[in-house]
Amino acid sequence: MSAPATAMPHPQSVAAAARVRGGVAREWRLASRTVRVSALCLVLFYLFAAFSPFFAPYDPAYQNRAMPDCPPMRLHLSAPADWPHGLFWTYPMRMVDAEERTYAPDRSRRIYIHLFSGGHLFTTQSEDQPYYLFGSDGLGRDLFSRIVYGARVSMCVGLIGVLITFTLGLVVGALSGYVGGLTDNLIMRWSEIEMSLPSFYFLLALAAVIPPGISAAQRFFLIVAIMSFIGWAGLARVIRGMASSVRSLPYVEAGRALGGSRWRIITRHVIPSVLGYAIVAATLSIPGFILGESALSLLGLGIQEPTPSWGNLLSQAEDPQNLSRYPWILIPGIFIFLAVMSFNFLGDHLRDRLDPGSN
Amino acid sequence: MTRFLVRRLLNMIPLIIGITLISFLAMSLVPGDYLSNLKMNPKISPEVIHQLQAQFGLDQPLLVRYVKWLWGVLHLDFGYSLQYRVSVTSLIAARALNTVILAAASMAFAWMLAIPIGIIVAVRQNSIWDRVLSFLAFFGMSIPNFFLAFLMVYFAMWMGKDWLPPGGTFSVDYNSLDFANRVADRINHLILPVFVLGVAGMAGLMRLMRSQILEIKNSDFVRTARAKGLSERVVIYKHVLRNALNPFVTMAGYSLGDLLGGAALVEAVMNLQGLGLLLLNAVRALDIYLVMGSVLIGTVLLLVGNLLADMALVAVDPRVDFSSMASQ
Repeated sequence: MSAPATAMPHPQSVAAAARVRGGVAREWRLASRTVRVSALCLVLFYLFAAFSPFFAPYDPAYQNRAMPDCPPMRLHLSAPADWPHGLFWTYPMRMVDAEERTYAPDRSRRIYIHLFSGGHLFTTQSEDQPYYLFGSDGLGRDLFSRIVYGARVSMCVGLIGVLITFTLGLVVGALSGYVGGLTDNLIMRWSEIEMSLPSFYFLLALAAVIPPGISAAQRFFLIVAIMSFIGWAGLARVIRGMASSVRSLPYVEAGRALGGSRWRIITRHVIPSVLGYAIVAATLSIPGFILGESALSLLGLGIQEPTPSWGNLLSQAEDPQNLSRYPWILIPGIFIFLAVMSFNFLGDHLRDRLDPGSN
Repeated sequence: MTRFLVRRLLNMIPLIIGITLISFLAMSLVPGDYLSNLKMNPKISPEVIHQLQAQFGLDQPLLVRYVKWLWGVLHLDFGYSLQYRVSVTSLIAARALNTVILAAASMAFAWMLAIPIGIIVAVRQNSIWDRVLSFLAFFGMSIPNFFLAFLMVYFAMWMGKDWLPPGGTFSVDYNSLDFANRVADRINHLILPVFVLGVAGMAGLMRLMRSQILEIKNSDFVRTARAKGLSERVVIYKHVLRNALNPFVTMAGYSLGDLLGGAALVEAVMNLQGLGLLLLNAVRALDIYLVMGSVLIGTVLLLVGNLLADMALVAVDPRVDFSSMASQ
């Protein structure tokens, strides 16, 4: 590295930071309504992930054995006189048929819902007199609470996965394209192998390797690592193509003529010039990670019970009988869908903003 | 063309060896094997376990087992499934056919809808149709395969018995049916999976078609075609569409991997006896030779599909020929 160590912040980066700060409001004005809704959706999901205990009304692992497969409950607005009890209330559900697990509201009593009490956004007096916004699962756990906690896995898997593939793809691609020769050839042959894999089959085979006894966090990172290992090649190839076209441009040659080291030229000239594309590609690759994790967890090879993820919450629906009797167990799928669609819209918008040349 | 084919086929060999070796090593890293379940069973004596181990070659070193397996594959012997107690070859042959039918049908479905819709939307750019359909395309691209499959299963259950079957490969009374009814029964069971798998592919292809046509619509040769008095129909179908097909075919080749993965998920959700479901069950049971066989066949399907896509590209685009592709 020939870059001199400077204590002063680089003037360019200061200007860039200022641009970003003034830019958020500007970007918001420029975005279409769909993009704004997508951004809000994602912000909400990440808030779910960051502040799960606040958003979830109950402990996601608490099993209310008296109320398995309880349908979502209707919310009623209290009369102003009852507001000291709670702004909203619901009828408690009573099991009618224990075999079919059908419920009917008990209209003689009311459960009041307390907002901002006990450190929750909303909750009820006790976990045994619950308000199930999205119903409960087969073990009597609150589906909404599990979705909120599941956001931790499902929303983070995209970010961490992209961080790994992005770094790997950017460095390898830029190196390969700029250096050329044998390095380039080897890296590209390897990426070809990775790209001609039937990736999901390979993912299934590799997911079996994850040992059963490890903690949920370790399992999570192994899954992300496997998906990144399979997914970095596509990005690297495109970056390589761009880097090899950048390498003979005058400003890169000027950098070389001024004695810049190879590493410096790659990090200061080649990578910044392909960054716009890389950011777009990264945003658009996040849905792949979310879908991959959900699919693995759904099939029982990913995140394991009792840790919730949006994928393994859906695995109860694999039994068609469950699906037709308790359709609300599909709600986590709506969250996956919304997250994926939001990232797609956002990526498309970023492409228009950062990379106007392509379509 | 022969040179191109030979070159491509030779290129597949190291690829297949690499992929199978990685999966083989991965599977052997798994703690325990299929027999560890049997070992827990007190009714099965250690002698029987040893005998089974010797029979399946589980007591030999890893590399020996791999080479033996590879040697067997060359003779179309994929080994023995520990779980189903039959040869892997016979299992895979039937299942792979189901997957190929599913994938091909949904691809045909996607193309048949994506091309005309893409054209209509591009010709009437910014009309209400364009906006609605483009938004729906995003919808279709974003909806997870497995979620749409669940929705279809729910819908089919809700519609009742007279409508389409919510899952399975064929009906219970399949064996008592005559040939025509058997085919009808199979098709009946394929409609929903093909729809689910086709929707995602269709959305992406439609968007590609639209952007391609929009790009080509304003180019010089199209203006020339119009200037010499050709009707709008001829301009669009003979000049614009012909040129828009090139990236379309390339993309179709690239999306084969996704198609295969999507098919595996749809098979799992809708209980369709395909290669993906076979692999999933094999992975769950640690049935190593079945896993290897399925991954191998999946890879071969993908490679052959890519090869076919490249050959289609030569057929569609006169600017591309085999000699230029062979030297790539």
